[in-house]
Amino acid sequence: MRSYRLYYVYAVVILVGFIYIYRLFQIQIIDDKYALIAEKISLRKQTVYPQRGLIFDRNDKLLVYNEPVYDLMVSVPIKLNGIDTLAFCKLLDINKEKFIQLLAKAKRGSYRGKSVFKKNISNVTYARIQERLYEFKGFFFEIRQDRNYKFNSSAHLLGYLGEVSKKDLELQTEGYYELGDFTGKKGVERFYEKQLRGIKGERYFYVDRSGVNKGSYKSGKLDYEPTDGQDISLSIDIDLQQYGEKLLNHKMGSIVAIEPKTGEILSLISSPFYNPANFNIQNRGKFYSRAINDPTKPIFNRAVSAPYPPGSTFKPIMALIGLEDGAIKSSTHFNCAGEYRLGKRIIRCHFHPSYTSLKQSIASSCNTYYCNIFKNMMQSNKYKNSEDAYKSWRSYLTSFGLGSKLGIDISGEYRGWLKESTYYDKIHGKDRWNYARIISLSFGQGELGLTPIQIANVASIIANQGYYYTPHVIKKIDGIRSIPNQYLVKNYTMISSSNFKPVIKGMQEVTVSGTASDIAIDNINIAGKTGTVQNPHGKNHSAYMAFAPIEDPQIAIAVVIEESGYGASWAAPIAHLMIEKYLMPDTMNESSRPNLEKQMMNSNLIPYKYKSKIDKSLYGN
Amino acid sequence: MGTKFRIDIIALFLFLSIAIIGIASVYSATSNQGVFTLFDGRSGKQLVWLFASVFLGVVIFLLNANFFEVFSMYFYVLFMLLLVLVLVIGVDINGARSWIKLGSFSIQPSEFAKYGTSFAVASIISRIGFSFQNKKDIIKLAVVTLIPMGLIVIQGDMGSALVFLSFIPVFYIEGLTPTIILIGLFMIFVFILTLVFSALYFSIAALLLLFVFYAFTYTNKKLLIPSITIVGLTIFFSMSVQFLFDNFLKEHQQKRIQVTLNLIEDNRGAGYNVNQSKIAIGSGGFSGKGFLNGSHTKGNFIPEQETDFIFCTIGEEGGWIMSSITLALYIGFILRLYYLSSRAKKKYKRIFISSLASILFFHVFINIGMTIGIMPVIGIPLPLVSYGGSSILAFGLFIFTALKMDATRDRDLESVFS
Repeated sequence: MRSYRLYYVYAVVILVGFIYIYRLFQIQIIDDKYALIAEKISLRKQTVYPQRGLIFDRNDKLLVYNEPVYDLMVSVPIKLNGIDTLAFCKLLDINKEKFIQLLAKAKRGSYRGKSVFKKNISNVTYARIQERLYEFKGFFFEIRQDRNYKFNSSAHLLGYLGEVSKKDLELQTEGYYELGDFTGKKGVERFYEKQLRGIKGERYFYVDRSGVNKGSYKSGKLDYEPTDGQDISLSIDIDLQQYGEKLLNHKMGSIVAIEPKTGEILSLISSPFYNPANFNIQNRGKFYSRAINDPTKPIFNRAVSAPYPPGSTFKPIMALIGLEDGAIKSSTHFNCAGEYRLGKRIIRCHFHPSYTSLKQSIASSCNTYYCNIFKNMMQSNKYKNSEDAYKSWRSYLTSFGLGSKLGIDISGEYRGWLKESTYYDKIHGKDRWNYARIISLSFGQGELGLTPIQIANVASIIANQGYYYTPHVIKKIDGIRSIPNQYLVKNYTMISSSNFKPVIKGMQEVTVSGTASDIAIDNINIAGKTGTVQNPHGKNHSAYMAFAPIEDPQIAIAVVIEESGYGASWAAPIAHLMIEKYLMPDTMNESSRPNLEKQMMNSNLIPYKYKSKIDKSLYGN
Repeated sequence: MGTKFRIDIIALFLFLSIAIIGIASVYSATSNQGVFTLFDGRSGKQLVWLFASVFLGVVIFLLNANFFEVFSMYFYVLFMLLLVLVLVIGVDINGARSWIKLGSFSIQPSEFAKYGTSFAVASIISRIGFSFQNKKDIIKLAVVTLIPMGLIVIQGDMGSALVFLSFIPVFYIEGLTPTIILIGLFMIFVFILTLVFSALYFSIAALLLLFVFYAFTYTNKKLLIPSITIVGLTIFFSMSVQFLFDNFLKEHQQKRIQVTLNLIEDNRGAGYNVNQSKIAIGSGGFSGKGFLNGSHTKGNFIPEQETDFIFCTIGEEGGWIMSSITLALYIGFILRLYYLSSRAKKKYKRIFISSLASILFFHVFINIGMTIGIMPVIGIPLPLVSYGGSSILAFGLFIFTALKMDATRDRDLESVFS
């Protein structure tokens, strides 16, 4: 009896052995869930951020460089026993309540076993904590690159970095970004994000139960080093840029200067501006709300985003269309008795010698001449009706890049206003409108809006006599001229190049005997056109468009100064100073016209209603 | 002299293999705590304990083979006194008063109590005229095993107390009617059902079953009374279980049982150890992460890893291969010991050796079962592998005593009463 009972016991022991070996087989080999969980629990990925590409100007002057910011991270879950939290708080300069609050927040926001405890720690605090970090198990630093700036200049153009938004995270296709990563939010930083950002590196390591690093994973086999971003050179000239910023000090407006031969933007300024360093990762929190509340809208990049009726700066375009469409010839003269009558409506012109030639009409900005061109064109036999004629007129304008975005490499570009004919159908009824309803378009008023960069591009087209390269600020990527293809294509307008000569002559006359003659520059032939833009909300906007030298155009420029007065009083002098600065930087140092320069720089043209509300801290360091 | 050191080589080999796996595992489990070589820290201490038990083994082999049999009851009384002593002068660690501090180290009498009790059990059953049909004898056995169990429960160490259930297979082999075992298994079954469905639902189900049973068998009047009695007793037992579970078990003990039965998931609380343990073992894969390379072991994710959860280290770093080998060594060792018991000519020796085999089996069954989540967390060590001086010494003494008994079997006369 005893022995068969023993066999039963043997059987039970062996059975248990097999059951256990089978169970082990199940959890160790069949089910890979446990291996995955184990990695999730004890494997951590540390992101090693690359150096973001540096940004230089066209003369290889450094504009933007990197400055490390330190994020204090915490492993989640964290064991606080053994940590001298009081000493920790003291090092961080926070109190106990704040510590508890930050920790709770970190626990809520944890992702893959880690969370930001405190962001953007100064390098002094970093050094202080780093020294004793071994005491605070589970806390560690992640170093990211913030931006800093050599010049307090060009904020709008350069843009800024920010944390990648939840929406962008969802939309991204390559899965590059993770929550908390920095990405270019505005300006060049955004447009050239891919070139600038580089490739993040990764390090894998094990952590223990308290989140302490226990050594690298598979002795670093999966780790890789970050690849630094590519440096880029911009086409802007930082000296010109800073000079322009001085000229625009205490003014609302913009300057855009383009090299006509290439489409490179030499200078792009929107005023009021702010110190770009105030908008880097570390400081933006402090300054952003101030900037938002400033009524002069310092964040708004007027140069590419603000549409203005072009006013008289539109007249050269109108003349070109008239010539091309056959509404006038270069020899056409119109009578101007100081006004243009349209039934009961009178469009005023100002005093100038009558029986006006094309050249004279540009030089003295004769409204009557352009009303006549527009009338001739809109009533031409070529077209079935006004609508047909308008469509033709509109297509000329679109060939100048108006009414749509140019496709520049700065964020925030606006297409401007250029209505479809259907817009007038809607207002007046189909076939119930003609030129008389929209005559103010002929001298750049009415339902027409051009951004300063569009105006500068028109100046560039006239300088090139018929074509343009899409304006851009990129000059070199990673030291070579491998800029995006769209900036290497000539865009032709619908105007034949022969029609530009008489218009350029007229624009030259502007600076010889016309509206901008008293601020002409010796030795430089400038073709320009002033504009005084009617503004229903305040003083007129002062506008000016020009290029120089006429013989071999190097710079095309547009200047708009809001609520300041005549085109000739502010925009034109500022544009001429810019041209002189760019073309003759050496003589400029002695300043050929110190009084004009001083007057422009020192005048405060901010409308009275805004003056008291401006936050000066935005502009300083 | 030559015959003095005759020893069963297979058992000795299995013992040493398991012990070596133990040293290596303890070293690995503690290597992240500033332990640099095998001879430092806890693995070093473990090695010292192992040498100490081998030394005691040599001493045992030098003793006269009949020494133990003669002094059986004295041993038993000595170890029971230690159990009482621990209640008086013991220190509390982890809520249990199981240790007596002796200078820089402490001993755990409950580990030695199994050894001591085995002497008493062997002695009582091997007495001439002993019978499992004799109530007096049964009571003697019950008293001898329930005394250490009770004392250890009073210490607060439920796990070690349960180890004394290991004597049931010994009694079974020696002639205990299996009815008692079947009743025991039935009670475990009722216990589980009660906890899963609660006593109330269990009772309703039992009554319904009785009703159905009656509907089919109402012609047979003889079956009525016994079936009502059985159902009544079962319901009473179920109610008692519920009552005891709710009122007498500590909350952590309740939760451990519930976690094992998959009634609650509590991976952060009571189920934390088991969950982490399963993760560690499961992540080992086929061949493991390599010695000293277990990320879970290194990361201290499993509390008490070098003691009760030492099998995690083997599972994680050695994978399925190493855990199966370890398990096979244990099973081999246990079977070998049962075999040694069966070849003993003296009943006393047979019972003593099979007690050892049963106790080892119980430890391995529960301990490994708990690390892979099929047994509740009962804090008993994996013999010869878990870190712990008392455990190593007690099992060392136990094993060498058993091997000495086996080595001298030729001189014994065949027991006439076997």
